[in-house]
Amino acid sequence: MRSRTLAKRRAAVAAAAALPLLLSACSAGSLGSSSGDGSATTIKLMVDNAPDNLQAAKQLAKDFQAQNPKIRVSVETRPGGADGDNLIKTRLQTGSMADVFSYNTGSLFQQIDPTKNLAPITKDPYVNKLDKSFLPQVTVGGQTYGVPFGPALGGGVLYNKKVYARLGLTVPTTWAQFIDNSKKIKAAGVAPVIQTYQDTWTSQLLVLGDFHNVSAAEPDFAKKYTANQAKFATDTNAVKGFEHLEQIHDLKLQNADYASATLAKGLQMLATGKGAQYPMLSTVIGAIKTSNPDQLNDIGFFALPGDDASANGLTAWFPNAFYVPKSTAGDKLTAVKKFLSFAASPAGCTSQAKASTPTGPYLVKGCALPPDVPTITKDVASYFTNDAQSPALEFLSPVKGPSLEQICVQVGSGITGARSGAAQYDKDVKKQAQQLGLSGW
Amino acid sequence: MTTLAPTTPPKATSHEAAARQRRSGRTRGTYPNWFYLPAAVIYGTLFLVPTFASFYFSLTRWTIFKSTFIGLDNFTEFFQEPALVKGFVNTFLYAVVTSGLKVVLGLLLGILLTSQIRARGYLRSVVFFPVLVSTVGVGITFTAFMDPSYGVINKALAAVGIDGPGWLTDPSLALFSVALVDVWKGVGLATVIYIAGIVSIPQDYYEAAKIDGAGPWQLFRNVVLPLSWPATSTVIILSLIGGLRSFDLIWAMTRGGPGFSSDVVASVIYKQYQAGFYGLSTAGNVVLFLVVTAIVVPLARFLARKEVQR
Repeated sequence: MRSRTLAKRRAAVAAAAALPLLLSACSAGSLGSSSGDGSATTIKLMVDNAPDNLQAAKQLAKDFQAQNPKIRVSVETRPGGADGDNLIKTRLQTGSMADVFSYNTGSLFQQIDPTKNLAPITKDPYVNKLDKSFLPQVTVGGQTYGVPFGPALGGGVLYNKKVYARLGLTVPTTWAQFIDNSKKIKAAGVAPVIQTYQDTWTSQLLVLGDFHNVSAAEPDFAKKYTANQAKFATDTNAVKGFEHLEQIHDLKLQNADYASATLAKGLQMLATGKGAQYPMLSTVIGAIKTSNPDQLNDIGFFALPGDDASANGLTAWFPNAFYVPKSTAGDKLTAVKKFLSFAASPAGCTSQAKASTPTGPYLVKGCALPPDVPTITKDVASYFTNDAQSPALEFLSPVKGPSLEQICVQVGSGITGARSGAAQYDKDVKKQAQQLGLSGW
Repeated sequence: MTTLAPTTPPKATSHEAAARQRRSGRTRGTYPNWFYLPAAVIYGTLFLVPTFASFYFSLTRWTIFKSTFIGLDNFTEFFQEPALVKGFVNTFLYAVVTSGLKVVLGLLLGILLTSQIRARGYLRSVVFFPVLVSTVGVGITFTAFMDPSYGVINKALAAVGIDGPGWLTDPSLALFSVALVDVWKGVGLATVIYIAGIVSIPQDYYEAAKIDGAGPWQLFRNVVLPLSWPATSTVIILSLIGGLRSFDLIWAMTRGGPGFSSDVVASVIYKQYQAGFYGLSTAGNVVLFLVVTAIVVPLARFLARKEVQR
């Protein structure tokens, strides 16, 4: 696999030539205070630039330094999304990664080649404190590589409780009830299901958030899917997400401006009661808090309902994790491990919750949510307490196609039907599986 | 070579021979070979090596960490990409629509702005102004203008009683809306090229035609149009190449959406990069390179021949 071809060596030379540029660009973005104390060890922590994550990381660094005066943590940022992916891959490949960095868990984590690039932390004592549901997300080949950064989150439906109360509706536990509710909401002149296709990614929730129902009906779907034995288009349970998307379009249950609305617009509609239900991730709490702080507690959360009310439960997304690259060594490695131990402790959770509103429970033993969290967080957390949750597909299988958002927009706008959309997605994931070199594709 | 000049013959002849040799050396190249070296090294490392490396990587499955040779699989995969066929059709539509409109509007504006009108210099700079503005900025601004419910375009249409369409959200309209913005932004350059072309037509032709009794239409048809042909071919080539590899405006306005309905080849390739399919997207770039070459080289020859035959 690691053939030393000429072209490859040349690419390495080109990368090395670009490296000084990259490094200088990154140090310019450094946000931490550099200390004049000669005996202190400074470790660099890289997080993405989403405000919630950045605030939480800074607070963690601050509280950690208060406990460990000999260690300074300098927080630097990276862009999110695909740009961030490329930056992380490049810096890992060139051995220039910060001493500790945050990145996704689950399938994206597999793509940064953990066994080759990351230092395992399996034997460290703080790993025992991690929640059982979280460990598989950062473990490859029996080795654990990360501790959670931030809370878990839920993918489901945000709903306006005032609208629900006014119309005398109850939280649906089956999809049929959801449609009934939506029809009543529509009759009352409120947009029943908010869709916001200007921000394409928001279109995927009806498909991705339905996965708890798929795995409830078919526990081994993820395994068969990874092995290329199950397909979205041909599996009667898996295709339902796409069918739901088609149905809300056909029944005209979307807001009128679904094609041009943005996430921010959708959240405002929801908070002000112009829209009643919004399939979404609970991460948007921060955005609602900024745009509509007074209405934040009017909004609740329920899991996307499936056909079986008894299996009703939440599709859960796991938090990012802190990882240590192999390039970290010596004093810095010792300091980084102290930092990880702090992050994976109740004190670490408290520190993060101080800086950013939790979107769900922290997956560290002994961590409790502060009592004043928004309704959405409480609703999400209750699914975890009742153990009515299962991971989203992207945490069970590395196979995730890049075009799902566009395909969902097509189905949700009536450009293509549910089945052909699902079939398109099956084609899309094939590339990802081949790129990862999975067997059976 | 000159250092090997013989020393034995009389001075005069040796001097002459040396001069001759220097002169013949000059016809081979103005500078000694080492003089080319820095440029050659830069050209080699920054252009030649990446070009050939990309041909190689287009035949591999390439993560940033490792590459596996897979033959032509990337190309088969790329041509099976559902968005790609649409992307190709859209690319041609986009290139033809934008370059066609730029030719027509550029010529008309060129004629207007070479005529004796008031504030000609000011008007010339006004038509060129959009060329200087950042493409992404233009894209974002027009996205706001074209919003179906809140955009100024549809609000203005509503004021006169027309229910405006979803410029960027209607799948059958999105690409053309972007193309119109592209024309608005690029027509200034076409106009400037036409102004230069029209101004360089000698006055004698106009006078000769007028003496023969030509009216304004005949002047345009038989003098301006044929004699500004170099300008036309430049505009066609430039805007066609620009249209074929267009990406920034489309990405800023629709990101290929809604769905895949305004995807062009370049945006399909970009999405493959984003998804981390580096080998696949490199294959896409090789395909784009070949397609653009296959269209532009014969077209340039054809246009050049027409110019000579005129």
